[in-house]
Amino acid sequence: MTVESLAQRFRLCPVTGLKVNRDSELLIQANAVVAVVAMLVGALAAIGLVLTRWQAIHLLPADQYYRYLTAHGLNMLIFWVIFFEMAVLYFAGPVVLGCRQPAPKLAWGAFALMVVGAIMVDAMVFTGRADVLFTSYPPLRADPNYYLGVILFAVGALIAVGLFFASLVVAKREKTYTGSVPLVTFGATTAAIIAVITLLHGAAVYIPTWLWSLDIGNIDPQVYRMVWWGLGHSSQQINVAAMVSVWYLLGGLTVGGVVLNEKVSRMAFVLYVLFISMASAHHLLVDPGMGSAWKIWNTSYAMYLAVLASMVHGFTVPAGIETGQRLRGYTGGLFEWLRKAPWSDPGFSGMWLSLVIFGFMGGITGVTLGTEQINIMAHNTLRIPGHFHTTVVGGTTLAFMAVSYYVLPLIFQKRVAFWGMARLQPYVFGGGIVAMAIGMIFMGILGMPRRHWDSSFAGAPFAVELPPAGELVQVLFGVGGLLAATGALMFIAIAVVTVFFGKPVTAEALATGASGIPQGVLKLPAQVHTGEHAERVHREGVKGTVVLVAIFFLCFILYYFTNWKMLSFLWKVG
Amino acid sequence: MSTHEFHSAVVAPQGIWWAPTGRQEKTWIAIAFAWCLVLFAMMPFWHFKGGQNPSGIRYRVTPEAYEARVERFVNEYKIGEESGIPIVEPPPGADVYLVGRQWQWYPALKLKKGVQYTLHLSASDVNHGFSLYPVNLNFQVLPGYDYGLRVVPNRAGDFRIICNEFCGIGHHLMVGKVLVVE
Repeated sequence: MTVESLAQRFRLCPVTGLKVNRDSELLIQANAVVAVVAMLVGALAAIGLVLTRWQAIHLLPADQYYRYLTAHGLNMLIFWVIFFEMAVLYFAGPVVLGCRQPAPKLAWGAFALMVVGAIMVDAMVFTGRADVLFTSYPPLRADPNYYLGVILFAVGALIAVGLFFASLVVAKREKTYTGSVPLVTFGATTAAIIAVITLLHGAAVYIPTWLWSLDIGNIDPQVYRMVWWGLGHSSQQINVAAMVSVWYLLGGLTVGGVVLNEKVSRMAFVLYVLFISMASAHHLLVDPGMGSAWKIWNTSYAMYLAVLASMVHGFTVPAGIETGQRLRGYTGGLFEWLRKAPWSDPGFSGMWLSLVIFGFMGGITGVTLGTEQINIMAHNTLRIPGHFHTTVVGGTTLAFMAVSYYVLPLIFQKRVAFWGMARLQPYVFGGGIVAMAIGMIFMGILGMPRRHWDSSFAGAPFAVELPPAGELVQVLFGVGGLLAATGALMFIAIAVVTVFFGKPVTAEALATGASGIPQGVLKLPAQVHTGEHAERVHREGVKGTVVLVAIFFLCFILYYFTNWKMLSFLWKVG
Repeated sequence: MSTHEFHSAVVAPQGIWWAPTGRQEKTWIAIAFAWCLVLFAMMPFWHFKGGQNPSGIRYRVTPEAYEARVERFVNEYKIGEESGIPIVEPPPGADVYLVGRQWQWYPALKLKKGVQYTLHLSASDVNHGFSLYPVNLNFQVLPGYDYGLRVVPNRAGDFRIICNEFCGIGHHLMVGKVLVVE
């Protein structure tokens, strides 16, 4: 390729001033579109699941319930999230750094592998040849092509992650930026490193399992659980690192949120890499294969430094937003910055709800349930999906939805369709997830199992009586679940119509403030501040955020010790 | 006096950005770190002072050998039958053998309140989940592993064992029974 033809592959983004190359842009678009298709499959399955688990309706027969449950987990947690994360990597590497896309043909090859793998997996699941749920614990066995599909998908993802690292090298060598990489790229890099660790665990577990499904070799059920969760749990750590990067990105784009201290934020990201639970002991706390010393050590590495990392981001992200707002003149009292935030910009509202749901619900419940002894009264009950629907759905997915409202005008260069609906969407989705998760958590506290078709246990040799409170929280779960599914379908409709039928973002549309363009795109807030004004805001500090984290900390302490108290009422066991 | 510079997360920081941490951030990090140490310390602490730990006596065992042990246990202490499942009343302090299999908890148990038993759990075929309802005591049950937990029932009642790990199409039928008497 000549220098001129290479130069033609770049455009200058009129809003952000970023140099965007055509190859990365197309890769972002393709990955994002497939991600949304996967979400559609997952959301339709979710409706079936909610209407079945809600015992008053009990829609699906048992075989279809477990099939839809398998499909829901794979399409949401793997295909939607990881395809979108690939888009995030193509953005955070070549686009943010303004370099060319390294090896675009290989990138398309990786994309094709992932699509083929995903189609194979879904084909096996929907034809009833992989009724093994998301975790596929042996000796439950699926068709060999199911495991092969997962392997192809993972290989494709690993190649794409490699190309992200390549883009860091290309940008550095071709000097497309000066100084250090921006924080968003740094955060994405930690996500990519964790992705490598995760995908290696994936290879270590799925290749032997695939061979076993072909009657070659044997699989120990406990060893499988340990290595599988090295994949299953670490992949959630990718989501956390990617989501936090998106929070920082959206803070900057929506309200000119700043990085309070590069050192602190970057150290926190590094802690994610160093202290992810490699063997993912949180899932094995009541397993017979490991002793307590192993469980305690691998849960916490004695210091819970990955939790510390999230608590640090939980301060620096809102503090960066508070500072950005104060720099824009919202300096009154403790919370003028928050009251005057752009609540009708779905990029901002989605990001803020994601931060709050992830922190207050996902984080607090996650750390508590991941405690060795407290897990005794939570393992495999509905408290577990209640927890992770507030991390990976209310947190990660909602953050990805929020950033989509900026990706559509900036990368697809289309005005967001159904703009009125888009402004509401994060509230509908976030509110639905919160209600559903609270319902699940209370059903779990009452002893209801997860992954279970019939809460009435009809036909069992001994009758099981549910307390009346169980009926009530089931309604909360059902209504919340349907609301969340509605929010997801709203998002899908908006994304699909925008991509395929959206009006282009023109200079005129930007100048006149046409609808379908979020305010951060219409007028990007200042991204750099110096001078007397900045000095004054710096001296003012972040009083509002201090109050918010104090409330958070009190909730954390209360929830954590309430659980210990509940535990002490159980039978003695040891 | 130099003025402070702020930038967003998409801006490449120039020069040396390894700046001292602000007072508010530093305080929060110190509090959070102290809290993380508490979170860790509670787990070993509960092993010394608390009554609920997942330690257990743990062995490898073949499913065949375990099934045979359960059968011996049932023959020794069987007192009746309900819904085709034997009811077994072991003496106080005994080793109790319970097996999970598609789709049954076998046998049903009759225990005394306030007495310690060693409850052995294992599976014959696939993963199962032992969930004592409504006490909410949950353990993973794996084929090939014997998980022996010393339990002390603390109240009388008619309890259920629900399977809470997906084990196939009849998963929801897998309900067992534990009767605790004064």
